Amino acid sequence: MHRDYDVAVVGGGLLGSAIAWGLGRLGKRVAVLDEGDIAKRASRANFALVWVQSKGLGMPAYTVWTVRASQAWPSLAAELKDQTGLDVCLQQNGGFHLTLGEDEYEQRTQLVTRMHNQVGAADYRMEMLGASEVKKMLPLIGPEVSGGSFCPFDGHVNSLRTFRAFHTGFKAFGVDYFPERPVSAITRDSGEFRLTTPQGEIRAHKIVLAAGNANQTLAPMVGLFAPMGPTRGQIVVTERTMPFLPHPLTTIRQTDEGTVMIGDSKEDELDDRALKHSISAVMADRAQRMFPHLARLNVVRSWAGIRVMPQDGFPIYDQSETHPGAFVACCHSGVTLASNHAFEIARMVAGGALEPELVGAFSARRFGGEGAANNSGY
Amino acid sequence: MFRRSDQDKRPSLQIFVDGVAVEAREGDTVSAALLASGRDVRRATAVSGTPRLPYCMMGVCFDCLVTIDGVGNRQGCLVPVAAGMQIEIQKGKREIGR
Amino acid sequence: MNAVPQRDAYDVVVIGAGPAGLAATASASAAGLSTLLLDENPGPGGQVWRAIASTPVTARDQLGADYWAGAELVGEVRASKAEIIHRATVWSLDRHLEIGISVGGASAFVKARRVILATGALERPFPIPGWTLPGVMTAGAAQTMLKSSALVPDGRTVIAGQGPLLWLLAAQILRLGGRIDRILDTTERKNYLAALPHAFAFVTSPYFMKGLAMMREVKAKVPVTTGVTELTAAGEGQLAGVSYVAGNRRETIPADLLLLHQGVVPNVNLAMAAGVEHRWDELQLCWSPVINGDGGTSIEGIAIAGDGAGIGGANAAVVRGRIAARAAIEALAPAAAAKLTPMTALKAALAQAERGRAFLDTLFRPARQFRIPADDTIVCRCEEVTAKDIVDAVAIGATGPNQLKAYRRTGMGPCQGRLCGLTVTELMAQARGKTPQEIGYYRLRAPVKPITLAELAAMPKTDDDVKAVVRG
Repeated sequence: MHRDYDVAVVGGGLLGSAIAWGLGRLGKRVAVLDEGDIAKRASRANFALVWVQSKGLGMPAYTVWTVRASQAWPSLAAELKDQTGLDVCLQQNGGFHLTLGEDEYEQRTQLVTRMHNQVGAADYRMEMLGASEVKKMLPLIGPEVSGGSFCPFDGHVNSLRTFRAFHTGFKAFGVDYFPERPVSAITRDSGEFRLTTPQGEIRAHKIVLAAGNANQTLAPMVGLFAPMGPTRGQIVVTERTMPFLPHPLTTIRQTDEGTVMIGDSKEDELDDRALKHSISAVMADRAQRMFPHLARLNVVRSWAGIRVMPQDGFPIYDQSETHPGAFVACCHSGVTLASNHAFEIARMVAGGALEPELVGAFSARRFGGEGAANNSGY
Repeated sequence: MFRRSDQDKRPSLQIFVDGVAVEAREGDTVSAALLASGRDVRRATAVSGTPRLPYCMMGVCFDCLVTIDGVGNRQGCLVPVAAGMQIEIQKGKREIGR
Repeated sequence: MNAVPQRDAYDVVVIGAGPAGLAATASASAAGLSTLLLDENPGPGGQVWRAIASTPVTARDQLGADYWAGAELVGEVRASKAEIIHRATVWSLDRHLEIGISVGGASAFVKARRVILATGALERPFPIPGWTLPGVMTAGAAQTMLKSSALVPDGRTVIAGQGPLLWLLAAQILRLGGRIDRILDTTERKNYLAALPHAFAFVTSPYFMKGLAMMREVKAKVPVTTGVTELTAAGEGQLAGVSYVAGNRRETIPADLLLLHQGVVPNVNLAMAAGVEHRWDELQLCWSPVINGDGGTSIEGIAIAGDGAGIGGANAAVVRGRIAARAAIEALAPAAAAKLTPMTALKAALAQAERGRAFLDTLFRPARQFRIPADDTIVCRCEEVTAKDIVDAVAIGATGPNQLKAYRRTGMGPCQGRLCGLTVTELMAQARGKTPQEIGYYRLRAPVKPITLAELAAMPKTDDDVKAVVRG
């Protein structure tokens, strides 16, 4: 295979697909190189929040970027629906982080204050609400709920349908999708990138590395740096039930299909085939304390996924100085930021340069070689 | 659709299907009793609301889902009947808390 | 019978109380191993000996000698020291041999030194147009009702498909006074020729005379149409008729009940979720675990016996149960093993019991059009996904069942792929020009059967577990 493309996107997950869709939309000739059926795919393991509150502590620019994404989501959803007929069921009527007991309420209050006090951060109107106020909006909460933080910009989406819409949509734009072609090597030769896959070589004038945690090994091939610190998260999901939850929570959401997703955990484990039932037990216990009615629902599935996670928790968008035309993009919040990836990042890649005023803060130069892991990137 | 063989001498007992008294036999599963009742016991699916009846009767297909004594989405083919049991045919998604 | 396990740990835990599980339990317990037998049904017997301890069918000859053959083994297990728990749902098994069990709405965990999976078989999906209509059931479903509740079809009844169980069911229905209007035999004509090389083994096997007699018995009372190449269940919200093509003729017959059967396949969910390696079996057209001669799997300590290890029938299942138990005894109580039937004798008995199997597998290999549907025929019953939906997903890049889940939710409903998994694999293989082995299967994880959130919430948890979840 020796087709020449304007851009080769390495990675067909939610992030790579969004960028490929955005590039296809701009008329670029794009190839997407993806792994096969068994891959560590955050795109199908995620929690599907389009989430603003509590993001960006330690990096004000990330709050601005997140709010922009949240605001651009309705146009993305509308365009996807127009193009593919698929309704991704975006709902942005505000979301909660609920607390159980007074200690948790106190801790959350402190977090909200710290977020408010950040200079240069977007004001996203996150506020603490007491239990009685929460109950007005979420009538089925249990007696242990002490309150919670609410942000009117928060929402959620059907992320699997979004994923399908991107794939359906980019095909319609003429993007070539090549599954089962993991990239093992990238070279640059007379102004063109050559990507080695088990099924032949792909050539492109530009490349975007959107391979999730694998960016860590791919980036140095083109003079880029993407230090990653993946973690494992577990989610349990119930059978379909009648609508009962009008707002999504950080840890509980009801999908448009009716299932209830309950998340999520964080462990330094990277085997996504293994599950810890005791961790699912904690999540289940907290969920039924927040909504006692959930207790009788049947859990039909549970899974573990590996988070795509830059080492400090914040997104990395960068371009290579040694290999002009090579870009890297990785972040944890591939659902929330999908609109930015589809519209902004795609536009910048098509134009040949990242715009410092929009994404300069996300360069991997910030790591100075070593990452620090204690910020609130998500 | 089904009828009981004459040789079945098990004691009968009464269950209620959507509030109506129905005769079952000791040892029947809920699904068997429903299918033997001659009543319209079709549920409606949670996805599209189309009607279904039990398909496999051995616990693998989940087309026998039914509300038993106030608890929704039970596998009727795995639960033996008991006297006085209240059974409701489920129409669509289960309600929260039921 | 105990409501909950009496201990935290056992030498042997057997899952499934059908022929293989009962045999394994009897052997393990007789050798002095602490043994727990877990079963989902209200009583022992599995599917083939369903309700053997409680059936209201008192005329013994109506169910046949093969059915009552299980009584002795059930008696043996009940007289043993083994603990037996019925109506127990095993929802988790991992490579550390920890087993999650739900009984009466509460969960418990037990540890085993050896696990013998005897989860048996389920009926192969038969995805024809209209197979989700009320009034369409599996033949096994009708047989379950017949055995456990003496219920027989009394409306206009059509049985369609192929395989030994179909004829056995028909004979049983007729003996109990039930109604069958027509049998539509879907056995492919070319299979008779293909099966010929295996015919000698078959005619000298115990299946032959019994099978022949049963077919004669049924054919004397019911019109049988052979060579059926197309099949559709029709009706609006309820089965009204069955249309079919045989030879070059299309015909529609009115029907209230359509019973479908095209053989059985291993019930792999628990084994797969535990991580046991499986391979595609090209003869039996299903996933089977990779096992050694003793039923041992890719996971140390987990053995699989009976039809769950590849379809072999009830007689073979009993022997495979004994073999798996003997291997466990050899490992855990070598002194006791020395007094038992030698492994060589068991292996010889297995060869005898499996005689004729290749003939049956070849003759009753289901036709492609009844395994791989097209167009609007539903593949995933839970999520109501059609064959066309799946082919469309392949066109936008789905390479296997797991990516398909992301696009279409197949296998994400409560049955967890049991009724669509094989169809999905074969349909995707056909659409992509790959082998089923290359396409693969759903990645399964616990819970393999639903448990309530409250049940999950009540399980033991540590401070570290809490820290992994509560992060401020």
